[in-house]
Amino acid sequence: MARVRSSESVRAHLAVHAVLIISALAMVFPFFWQVMTTFKTQTEALQVPPQLLPATFGFDAYRQVLQRIPFVDMFNNSVLSVVTRTVAQLIFCSMAGYAFARLRFPFRGTLFVMLLAIMMVPREIYLIPQTEIMKSVGLLDTVTAMIAPGLFSAFGTFLMRQFFLTLPESLAEAARLDGANRFQVFYLIMLPLAKPGLIALAIFTALWTWNELLWPLVIISTSSNLNLSAGISTLSGEYVTDYPMLMAGSLMAELPMIVLFLVLQKRFIEGIATTGMK
Amino acid sequence: MTDTVAPRLRSVANGAKSSCFALSERQREALTGYLFILPLFLGAAVLFFYPILRSFELSFMQTGVFKGETFVGLKHYRHLMDDPKMWQAMVNSMIYALVGLLEVPLAIFFASLLNTPGLRFLSFYRVLFFLPVVTMPTAVGMVWQLLYNVDYGPINQGLALAGFPPVSWLTQPVIVIVAVAAVGIWSGLGQSIILILSGLQTVPPDLHEAAEMDGAGPLQRFFRITLPMISPTIFLVAVLNVIKSLQVFDLIYIMVGPKNPVFDQAQTIVTYFFEVGFVEHDRGYAAAIVISLLAMIMMVTGLQFYLQKKWVHYG
Repeated sequence: MARVRSSESVRAHLAVHAVLIISALAMVFPFFWQVMTTFKTQTEALQVPPQLLPATFGFDAYRQVLQRIPFVDMFNNSVLSVVTRTVAQLIFCSMAGYAFARLRFPFRGTLFVMLLAIMMVPREIYLIPQTEIMKSVGLLDTVTAMIAPGLFSAFGTFLMRQFFLTLPESLAEAARLDGANRFQVFYLIMLPLAKPGLIALAIFTALWTWNELLWPLVIISTSSNLNLSAGISTLSGEYVTDYPMLMAGSLMAELPMIVLFLVLQKRFIEGIATTGMK
Repeated sequence: MTDTVAPRLRSVANGAKSSCFALSERQREALTGYLFILPLFLGAAVLFFYPILRSFELSFMQTGVFKGETFVGLKHYRHLMDDPKMWQAMVNSMIYALVGLLEVPLAIFFASLLNTPGLRFLSFYRVLFFLPVVTMPTAVGMVWQLLYNVDYGPINQGLALAGFPPVSWLTQPVIVIVAVAAVGIWSGLGQSIILILSGLQTVPPDLHEAAEMDGAGPLQRFFRITLPMISPTIFLVAVLNVIKSLQVFDLIYIMVGPKNPVFDQAQTIVTYFFEVGFVEHDRGYAAAIVISLLAMIMMVTGLQFYLQKKWVHYG
């Protein structure tokens, strides 16, 4: 049957490919325009009608970004945020997630519902009190304050709990019989098995931290303490809009995450599919 | 079988240790559990639980520029009712959420195409559609500001080639919200496609074959079999989409600056909250705004759960 219908199905596949290619090109067109604009001069960028390609490929826009904002500081702040938050969440969320999945203790249900409540509430509800807290401990306008709220995550705990629930309990039983204590069971047996869940959590945390805008804007006032996401938002000029520079700045800020995605694409897509849209 | 033996063996194995701490096996397990959740709950107590309570408290307080706080009861909530800026922000957030829902049928369309049996280059397409998902929203907003530009943006240039007059996308009320919502769709589409694609892959192919034998055409099979089968996934994607849309901040903040002539008419709930709380420093009123956002999200989500009975099929 497959052979009889092969020419028909080839034609159907061609039609599907045609639609997908056109749509995929439309999806990447903004990136193409962004990259081309970075190489243009300001006059070229303001040309009517706009031209697809620059006359010559110049790198002035990138140099201007480095002069205009403390890009390297901001980059370092972003990297530091991603690393500390990811490591902290992997530790705290996997421990708590394991406890909620596999250890019995009084009030486990109640405590878990409290965590779910944190997940349901819109993030913005925390901002003003968190600012007050940072102010009272003298951390306003510090990178520490910018990082702190992301060290703990109810969502990450929920994710890890769901993952640990899918692992067979018999493994833990066997290890206990061999004399391993509960921490050893967690650390030596369950954690290695939970690797796919840990990777999903790490990717989700890294992506979310790299792109975070609102909290850094709220808590930071010195530009060298901002992360990149908030940092490049300060690029817009007061009088003229220098599009080549804006495009160069946005490209430099988004590129590390895009490169990471292209390297780990399968992990990324699986990770986002398991973490949903939160 | 092992259930009866295991605890006894375990207590033998732990015999040496339990003499130090005179705790039963169950108590030891509970203690371990509390130790495991302790770091998370310490952090959450300070950074999440207390702030929720504090935001509720603040919403009943008049806060000054200096330290003082006075209890004013429901004053802020009454003020919200006749604050035209708040109404504007709520309407804008609703428009944004409604336009944003177009992402769902688009994602179903592309996921169905990607689900074609034996399709080549699948992972290549997936990567291209997914690229905007990992792209920083700040950068996305900056790029689309240029794409939407009246004079030198490629979108109006494309319209001109097709014989249409230029549109001032970002400087007209309502149109600006629709234009930014379209960017939201562009950046979230890949994620919805992946979620719906994983739903589609759970539809057993023999169902389709059986329907095909019975003479059902491809469209009929899609609407009668595929769509009902993946309706729980569609529902999940739609609910998460609306919740995300009602909290939109990044794209509006970047694409509609204070220099924009329609800045005031283009605020959403969260950008207005940011304005009141962190530009005007009226923490009490800002807290009332954000509590209303919570109420609004709960109502809209509740409504969606109520409406799902009419179209979501659980197998």
